[in-house]
Amino acid sequence: MADELLVVEGLKKHFPVTRGIIFQRQIDAVRAVDGVSFTLNEGETLGVVGESGCGKSTMARCLLKLIEPTEGKIVFRGRDISKLSRREMRPLRREMMMVFQDPYASLNVRKRVGFIVAEALEVHGIATPAERKRRVQSLLEVVGLNPEHYNRFPHEFSGGQRQRIGIARALAINPTLIVCDEPVSALDVSVQAQILNLLKDLQREFGLTYIFIAHDLNVVRHISDRVMVMYLGKPVELASRTELYTAPKHPYTGALLAAVPIPDPALGRLRQRVVLEGDVPNPINPPAACNFHPRCPRFHEGHCDVDTPELRNVAGHAHTAACHYPLEKWPMTPEEIRYDRSRTAAVGS
Amino acid sequence: MTALLDVRDLRTQFQTEDGFVKAVDGVDFTVESGKTIGIVGESGCGKSVTCLTIMGLNESRNTTSSGQVLFNGEDILGASGSRLRSLRGKEIAMIFQDPMTSLNPVHTVGRQLVETVLLHNDISKTEARGRAREALKEVGIPRAEQRVDDYPHQFSGGMRQRAMIAMAMINDPKLLIADEPTTALDVTTQAQILSLMQKLQEDHGTAIVMITHDLGVVAETAHEVVVMYAAKVVERGTVDAIFTAPQHPYTWGLLGSLPRLDAEIDRLAQIPGQPPSLLNPPRGCRFHPRCAYVMDVCKEKVPELMGVSHDADHEQACFLDEETKTREAARLFAATMAAGTSG
Amino acid sequence: MVQYLVRRLLWAGVLFLAVTIVTYVIFFLVPANPARLAAGQAATPERVALVEERLGLNDPIYEQYWGFLKRLVFDGSLGESFVDRSSVNDEIFRAAPITASLVFGAMILVLVISVPIGILSALRPRSVLDRVAMTYVLLGISLPSFWVALVLSYIFGFRLGWTPIAGYCEVVSVPQAANCGGFGDWAYHMVLPWLALAIVQAGIYVRFVRAEVMDTMTQDYVRTARAKGAPERKVMKDHILRNALLPVITILGMDIGLLLGGAIFIETVFGLNGLGGTAIRSIGQFDLPVLQGVVIFGAVAIILFTLIVDLLYAWVDPRIRLT
Repeated sequence: MADELLVVEGLKKHFPVTRGIIFQRQIDAVRAVDGVSFTLNEGETLGVVGESGCGKSTMARCLLKLIEPTEGKIVFRGRDISKLSRREMRPLRREMMMVFQDPYASLNVRKRVGFIVAEALEVHGIATPAERKRRVQSLLEVVGLNPEHYNRFPHEFSGGQRQRIGIARALAINPTLIVCDEPVSALDVSVQAQILNLLKDLQREFGLTYIFIAHDLNVVRHISDRVMVMYLGKPVELASRTELYTAPKHPYTGALLAAVPIPDPALGRLRQRVVLEGDVPNPINPPAACNFHPRCPRFHEGHCDVDTPELRNVAGHAHTAACHYPLEKWPMTPEEIRYDRSRTAAVGS
Repeated sequence: MTALLDVRDLRTQFQTEDGFVKAVDGVDFTVESGKTIGIVGESGCGKSVTCLTIMGLNESRNTTSSGQVLFNGEDILGASGSRLRSLRGKEIAMIFQDPMTSLNPVHTVGRQLVETVLLHNDISKTEARGRAREALKEVGIPRAEQRVDDYPHQFSGGMRQRAMIAMAMINDPKLLIADEPTTALDVTTQAQILSLMQKLQEDHGTAIVMITHDLGVVAETAHEVVVMYAAKVVERGTVDAIFTAPQHPYTWGLLGSLPRLDAEIDRLAQIPGQPPSLLNPPRGCRFHPRCAYVMDVCKEKVPELMGVSHDADHEQACFLDEETKTREAARLFAATMAAGTSG
Repeated sequence: MVQYLVRRLLWAGVLFLAVTIVTYVIFFLVPANPARLAAGQAATPERVALVEERLGLNDPIYEQYWGFLKRLVFDGSLGESFVDRSSVNDEIFRAAPITASLVFGAMILVLVISVPIGILSALRPRSVLDRVAMTYVLLGISLPSFWVALVLSYIFGFRLGWTPIAGYCEVVSVPQAANCGGFGDWAYHMVLPWLALAIVQAGIYVRFVRAEVMDTMTQDYVRTARAKGAPERKVMKDHILRNALLPVITILGMDIGLLLGGAIFIETVFGLNGLGGTAIRSIGQFDLPVLQGVVIFGAVAIILFTLIVDLLYAWVDPRIRLT
């Protein structure tokens, strides 16, 4: 059994909403991350998927302690890092790195590529300048760039190439864990394929562990071993890749999968269209109990809006979902959709 | 049946400090009433500029366009400013990618809708407001009577795009051009918007030109597909033809590089390199530097769009012989589509 | 909204105290004896000591400050001049309208000059007009206002005799002894001062308007308006200008507040005895109460106009108003 690299328990991040003339007092909170728990094994890729406002990016930053969590435990290699100060975190930062979404914004336009990639090495005082240069050049080669472009500036590269620089930067200090926050969302489809292949190759070669955050379900399926679906700050389903995509249990996962357009016109015509009504609710005032109940096609009044469903085992091995009435069949049949939402008046406000 | 829109040999070039950029270099396609045509391609291929040229919305100063844009038989490419203005927003409407920046933040949504109505209809303001409320209802915005006086920032992303669609459809145009309308939206919101657009097409008989880089969206919404690469059309045909029997290496690359929701693929087929600069495009076939099937002729001559032997409506621009193409297409189909049906 | 207002007003009060304290401190750090100046050149040391006592200059600073505050809050009085014991209130109320005429008139002229030029420049970047406008901007920012004032005064006042060289005329309530008065005379005397102030200020605004219009023109909603078939004039009026001029108006408001504190150079050159002139005089005479009066007026003007501008912005931009 693989080692547990990261164990997260009850992670919460609430941003305070204040009011007051002279003294600001907190009246409410934006519950960006509202109780996330999972285990990450060494060498695996955990895909985190969800729509805007689900908290996946905030969670990623909490894991790396770029944002201080409000509550919860983060255990990295057996050590609780949730309460560590910035100084105590410094040596640990060598083990965890991040690749960001926007290849145009995440590289300092005034610095040369060599500097950007080597910065982490310099900060942690690793290797002599000559050794650092050699390492950077070998890294550039590993990610598919020309090592002679060491002295170029970011604007001289295309979007895909800049993302490769970002990956080289993350690899520089040999981290164990790399959190990828939507690394291919800003790239064209053909370039996206290059970067995804690269990430997979690097994982095999260097034994990396990934947390891969994306909103594109296709991409997440391709690269993940396990997938966690988030909604309004909470995980609603966590399962192995195959199980999640072939037999999802949570109605939200089902709606997501049904909404993704498939590049196959024949299949598309056969598919059951389950269009989810309404918008994602406000994270300041989430719906009572199950956050998803106002939009859920399987809503049972009196239960789903009263008892908060916990993440529990619903099928197979290690397939958990937070739902009182998980899906039994997939694709969802009309019988599965117990409560016809279109009958209710004000869906979505 | 004459096509509603017939674009012939459209070319647009911009004069920049570095030289002439041929953003659109010989594009042809037709759009039938009540049908959707998807224009697919990656960034920089010229799909947006093509549609801005059709609408006459390019900056006139540094831009030159040639060719023909026949709308209901009338060539509107060189039309006068006033003729174009009378068409825009009334016969031909356009919606854009980002609804937050595409709506004026200091005017209410209602006012912007009313403005569209009054620009093309000689009716009273009260009547225009009534139409605005109806339009918002039709696109599924709840409590339309109150929402009509709200500002754009008070709507969520999906609702804003619905409001934009309402604004585009309010004068019942014959043609709607949608430039990446769902790219900035979440996947469930995207499904809602695409569903809405399909319904509006059924109810009003509007033809839609859907510009997107998402092949999934094209597969689910378009009847015909135009694939663009580096300012040119490389393949054109019905959606079934393009997805089941694609005939151009670029299309193969695009389809093969898609991670699939419904299939397990170990390594994605990747197209090496990047799209070319339009300042100095490659000689001959523009795709040849990245093509795995490149031959000598590809480096010298520009391939013309030609019909496939068994399907004249399916056109492609590649020098490869048909036998190889059919074989490759079948291989691709077997790898991706077949895996899909079993999933 | 109300919360915001209350918070701003409280903060304004704090600022007011801070400004007045600083003025007091600076005044007392300067090594000079106002009593001496007040008493006169020929005064004996005993006489100077007497004056010191009378003016309360022997009291500790904080007592003098406290006295000043009490007087202001309870009597509404800014005190009496050290020099001639006249009421500071009177002096301020006499000088303020002069400065106000200068500033408001000049600012209107600034808008009239800069907005059209800025818009035209933005519509035709790098054209001849644009280059001329940018040269003007450079000159406007670089030339000192008093130099421009002197040159204008020399050419139009002295050489050509088209305008008076100096002096101010009342518009309303013309005093008996004045040799000019009424609207015509007032405007006639103000033309050159307005021009002098406006020419220099307009440079900054031309650049600002140009930048805002150019930026707004590239916005997506302008493209949407054109896509709806709106004629260019409507696009300009309803979409471009409405958004581009918003920041310009707010900067203008703040500038008015600043200048009301005294456009010293212009007032001196043209012999306008407004707050600027008063300030210079009171500094030379170490007349603390009068100086303090001018400072307070200036501070209040700035605070007030900044507040007005913020409220205006909030009222006009729904994104701020409704969140």
